[in-house]
Amino acid sequence: MTAQEARLCGLLLREHFGEVVEKVGVHLLRSGTLNLRALAHETSTSLDLVKKCLCVLVQHGMSKFGPGRRGPAGPVEYQINCERVLYMLRYPRYIYMAKSLYGDTGELVVEEILQRGQMTMSSVVRTVADRLTQNMEDGQSMDYNEVINAFSNLVETHFLQRCPPVDSLGATVTTTSSSGTPESSANTTPQSAQPESHPDCYKLPQIHLSGRGKRRRSSGDAEANDRRAKRAKLENTEVCGDEGIYWQVNFERFHLHFRHQAIISAVASKLDQTSSEIVRTMLRMSEVTTPATAAYTQAVSANEIFRALPPSYNIARPILDQYLTLLVDDPMEFVGKTGDSGGGMYVVNLHRALANLARATLESVVQERFGSRSARIFRLLLRKKHLEQKQVEDFAMIPAKEAKDMLYTLLSENLVQLQEIPKTPDHAPSRTFYLYTVNQLPTARLLLQNCYKAVSNLIERRLFETKENKRHLEKSQRIEAILASLQASGAETAQLAEVEEMITAPERQQLEALRHHINKLDSSENQVDETIFLIESYINSAASSR
Amino acid sequence: MSGRGGRGRGRSLFTFNVDSLGFGRGEALPTGVQAPSPLYPPMQFRPVPLQTGEEVEYMLALKQELRASSKNLPFHIQPSAPRKDVARYSDKYQSGEAKCGEWTPDWSRLPKELCIKVQKSRKAKTKPVVKSKIKPAAPKEVLQKLENLEKKEAENQSEEEEDEEKKQKKTGEEEEEPDDAEDYNEEEFEEETDYIMSYFDNGEDFGGDSDDNVDEATY
Repeated sequence: MTAQEARLCGLLLREHFGEVVEKVGVHLLRSGTLNLRALAHETSTSLDLVKKCLCVLVQHGMSKFGPGRRGPAGPVEYQINCERVLYMLRYPRYIYMAKSLYGDTGELVVEEILQRGQMTMSSVVRTVADRLTQNMEDGQSMDYNEVINAFSNLVETHFLQRCPPVDSLGATVTTTSSSGTPESSANTTPQSAQPESHPDCYKLPQIHLSGRGKRRRSSGDAEANDRRAKRAKLENTEVCGDEGIYWQVNFERFHLHFRHQAIISAVASKLDQTSSEIVRTMLRMSEVTTPATAAYTQAVSANEIFRALPPSYNIARPILDQYLTLLVDDPMEFVGKTGDSGGGMYVVNLHRALANLARATLESVVQERFGSRSARIFRLLLRKKHLEQKQVEDFAMIPAKEAKDMLYTLLSENLVQLQEIPKTPDHAPSRTFYLYTVNQLPTARLLLQNCYKAVSNLIERRLFETKENKRHLEKSQRIEAILASLQASGAETAQLAEVEEMITAPERQQLEALRHHINKLDSSENQVDETIFLIESYINSAASSR
Repeated sequence: MSGRGGRGRGRSLFTFNVDSLGFGRGEALPTGVQAPSPLYPPMQFRPVPLQTGEEVEYMLALKQELRASSKNLPFHIQPSAPRKDVARYSDKYQSGEAKCGEWTPDWSRLPKELCIKVQKSRKAKTKPVVKSKIKPAAPKEVLQKLENLEKKEAENQSEEEEDEEKKQKKTGEEEEEPDDAEDYNEEEFEEETDYIMSYFDNGEDFGGDSDDNVDEATY
């Protein structure tokens, strides 16, 4: 965990769970493992608030707990999972992915579970059906069974999984491989460490739930509200047969899907649509058989690919062969050939593809920040590995003085590294080779930290803008509320216009500008996250293949 | 290098040929930088515009919706309110909208120590404390006080009645008998308006002590 990561975690926690959770979370992040008392004492927060915060964090799977250093009898100790906190930044993307795969129902299922951390299937189904009914026209409602179907689809494709069971002692589950003290990890019960290792992880419970979503009346009087609340309570206590089985979002599965999408779209923009469809087919065929951390997919023969291609693409067999040859020859090396049997065996080079995508990202960062000529030097160093200053000037075909300037700028930004090779042991500059080089992995790490910093800055800026315009925002909200209530009571248009005029023209302008800024900042956050995802997966893949 | 540059400008200081760094003969070397670089350095190149499109717009809407709704979920924890100097009329309007739905965690999935013990409801909690404050008054004193009060009552009966009525309204929910209230000493009694009562209540709420927390396990 770095300073930038900790800062971003804090901001994200504040945004979703408030300032108290931020304080507790950041402190836990900084100190690693702590017990309840120590946490309350060191954050000088009341014990009850700390308890609440920990409940929230554990509920969302961001915090883990387990027996402390003093064994099972000692106090329970807590850790926070930095990576999991950072996933909050990606929530919109997970939801959007669920929408594009499983429609509105899938979208709402994932959204509900993300917002509540973990839920039972029956409560998800009820909430989602109610929400969908809310948006439907009068007289229509959503059948529970449809939601159950969407939910089962998500589970079958492993986008949702059961939360790992907690030991009956109530205090023994945990911990991650990272940062735990050796004693505490030794105490870990093995079956609960990874959700995947639990046999029932993707097994749907039998639930007895039938009916339709209910519409919430918009203009219900207090009495009706009361009655409804009572009824809701009654329903919630109704036994559905899945009590205690909680579901969470399987982020790893989503990430695999994002990774595949990134590769497919890269192929589409590098070559063409048809080749991207071929790669898509290959990835889909090997989805089940390839483990998540594999460097390349299971080899499939050209014949198999041909049979698996959807007929709508209309790709003839000889054309497929040509496309496959083209893909293999492409310098990005997305597809590799491993044998000649069955018309040629092909694999998708997952890790190679990620490395190449990350390299392209680095190149484009250099290009956008330092211009295309600096990018030329950067690419040159990437390709030739080690070059002397003179060689850089010559190969890049840039005048010596300018080339030096660019090279030194890149060096000072740490995008380019300098390697000294002395001819004599005294390191005398006149008898030393100075070789410039680019190390892709450390540079990618640097860029990742920069991205975290950028997102933190974006969030800070947005908070600042909102704070600056707090008065205007509140006023416009109040007036909107007045307008809505007037409209509901059937006021005249003149009256409405009068209320509307309470926001003056300059105020309106300011609000408009604010909205524009915030939209831009939010959108930037989403888009920086795409870069973050790519670089993170590259770094993870590099770590796992080593 | 900047450290060296600061000490002297002599070229002989360097053990290597300065020309290879790109400085010609007679050119002055740049001076060392003593100030931090500017917070917002001018950008050499304008950033490329953001991507647009349906997907981007939808994700933006999703993000803003998530942010707005996370404020209303029970997971958004409010800091305990600071002890107030006085109870203001506007207080009750500033509490913000209520959270939609309360959250009861499944305690079987959490360590036991996190469970805040559910205590009796607010009313039940407040009462004993009020009583305990009253009890110390010795019966003799009470009698004396009652006598005093009787005398006083005769003098300004009308005023008293008004006060009494007001108070009964306010203290209705605490079911405090007027007799009990009279146990306060004279001064306090005279000052005892709605203000004092509500102030007293508030002090109770924000006790800071863990035992004083009210809505316990559901938040």
